[in-house]
Amino acid sequence: MRNHRIKGAVAAAVALSFVVAACGDDEGGTAATTTAAGGTTCAEVTPVKLQLQWLTQAQFGGYYAAVDQGYYEAQCLDVTILEGAVDITPQTVLANGEADFAIAWVPKALASREAGADIVDIAQVFQRSGTLQVSFADSGITSPSDFAGKNIGNWGFGNEFEVFAAMTKAGIDPASVNNVAQQFDMVGLLEGDIDAAEAMTYNEYAQVLEAINPETGELYTPEDFNVISYEEEGVGMLQDAIWADGTRLSDPAYKDVAVRFVAASLQGWSYCRDNVDACAKIVSDLSPILGLTHQTWQMNEINKLIWPAEGGVGFIDKAAWDRTAQLSQETKNLEGSTVLTKAPDEGAYTNDIVTAAHALLKELGVDINGASYAPIEVTLTEGGV
Amino acid sequence: MFVLSMALVATLWEAYKWLGPKNGGEIFGWKVLPRSKDSLMPHVSDVLSRLTDPINPQTDELVLTGVLKAVWYSFQLVLVGFGLGLAAGLLLAVLMTRFRLAERAILPYLVVSQTVPLIALAPLLSTWSGKVEIAGWEWPQWLTAAMLGAFLTFFPIAVGTLRGLKSPPPAALELMDSFAAPWRSTLFKLRFPAAVPFIVPALKLGAAGSVIGVVVSEISIGLRGGIGRLVIENMRKSNDPPIVYTAVLGAALLGLAMAALVALADALFMRNRPKEAVA
Repeated sequence: MRNHRIKGAVAAAVALSFVVAACGDDEGGTAATTTAAGGTTCAEVTPVKLQLQWLTQAQFGGYYAAVDQGYYEAQCLDVTILEGAVDITPQTVLANGEADFAIAWVPKALASREAGADIVDIAQVFQRSGTLQVSFADSGITSPSDFAGKNIGNWGFGNEFEVFAAMTKAGIDPASVNNVAQQFDMVGLLEGDIDAAEAMTYNEYAQVLEAINPETGELYTPEDFNVISYEEEGVGMLQDAIWADGTRLSDPAYKDVAVRFVAASLQGWSYCRDNVDACAKIVSDLSPILGLTHQTWQMNEINKLIWPAEGGVGFIDKAAWDRTAQLSQETKNLEGSTVLTKAPDEGAYTNDIVTAAHALLKELGVDINGASYAPIEVTLTEGGV
Repeated sequence: MFVLSMALVATLWEAYKWLGPKNGGEIFGWKVLPRSKDSLMPHVSDVLSRLTDPINPQTDELVLTGVLKAVWYSFQLVLVGFGLGLAAGLLLAVLMTRFRLAERAILPYLVVSQTVPLIALAPLLSTWSGKVEIAGWEWPQWLTAAMLGAFLTFFPIAVGTLRGLKSPPPAALELMDSFAAPWRSTLFKLRFPAAVPFIVPALKLGAAGSVIGVVVSEISIGLRGGIGRLVIENMRKSNDPPIVYTAVLGAALLGLAMAALVALADALFMRNRPKEAVA
């Protein structure tokens, strides 16, 4: 559909844009189908809205794969994926009832919960944290204890807590560090404004490896950088999880939808585990700007955060949960405030839904542990195309 | 003339790139001069040549096509927003001219309304989609962006038109009164014609407002299809600066299209007016 060969003058391009726009409209036609992919007929297809944190990218590959592969349809769900944007806070959208489920980082969502949003973590998709602090190899920054006196970038908006947790753990006063508000990119590091920049394994770290090193004229290599992984430093906090509306969970119908939604989503993630390239292609087709190799890298790195999943994909590990909650209460940011003022209550997460979803997936023969999972090798290209 | 000024901007850009400090400069210790290196300030030629590249190697679709599609999408929203804002502005102005009480009651609120930040309103209004239903017709998400365009449009139009409608000299109004002309006749035969020189500049402000309102709310709520959305899409590619600027060019194109439209209206409405009549 998108492969119109468009050539010629500007005027022709404008005229063609009508045609392409018109073609784009027939995508919604599949929603009305009532026969599930598995051959069973749905008594009723439930519309479900899922709110993401950001624009379409492989970070959310499992959900897009579940749509693409018809897993939601097979569970009698008609899922609409709502992308994030600059001013969209997924857990707020969920709490306001504008979405049925939302993807959010655990500390940020818990802060919203403490502020009164009745939202519950029903599946911990990412079991590990993907946050890094990246510096040039010659900077001498190899652990958080080297941060003192250096320009350390952080993104703010609740994305900075691991940075401060690592400083606190290393016994460094955050005030002795020159904390720099960093853009959501690596320009600050590459331009020398920031000595160590916050980066996600699956996105910003790839961006530096997709940039040309002006000294060699070639791409930067991992040897050019020191990488501190907050997961390895022991201050990793839980990130992408599926959150549900706590009040509605007492409604058996919503709970049933939640089980089927989580099952199909996790099935999507297991598809992406085994089909990295196909999943990268699915998201790349929907959001062509970032480039296919970048999306493939991202998909591969995301898989490393999910698999292998000892307790089954999406299962909320109490130890990791408690560590996140503990760090959220202990770590002070520059203003002296912590993410949480008290421990989250018992109802902040539940494994009921994901356990029921696992039962559904076992019936379908889906491998929910990925014990034999091994990441692939992705070779990045300039600009990630 | 316009092409010439475009060329001038491009020349200034390149001149700064050539003369400006590669790593930015300081004036009295303040870092004010932007860096001029290619990774932050791409050459104009790079941005233009990027337009004719495909979006990615897997597709034939050109960057230019994507930009134009987004501009067209946003342009429609801008038109809707501008239209709504124009109607609301004119209506308010007439109301305020007719009833002094209305002017005293409404005008302060109009001023206050413009101090509400757009980025605070956009997410709020976007929650209406899927929730607000008017007689079986559901509030679409794009209408949020158009409404915010209208929100920035109606104010200059209301204020400009109000001033214009009150501009006829007392003698002219008294003449109409002496004919026992109904208020409606005075409005259409005297007040509106007299208001045209005030409405035209208000239209220009309103047009700029509707573009800003639509583009900013597209960025804010991430409305798929628009040029604002394309700006944040392309911003994700920080390692490819020219592509970021292609979207910015698109946004500029959108502004120019609206400016052209208003210039056309200007020429149309002002065609029979002697130059000195313009206050």
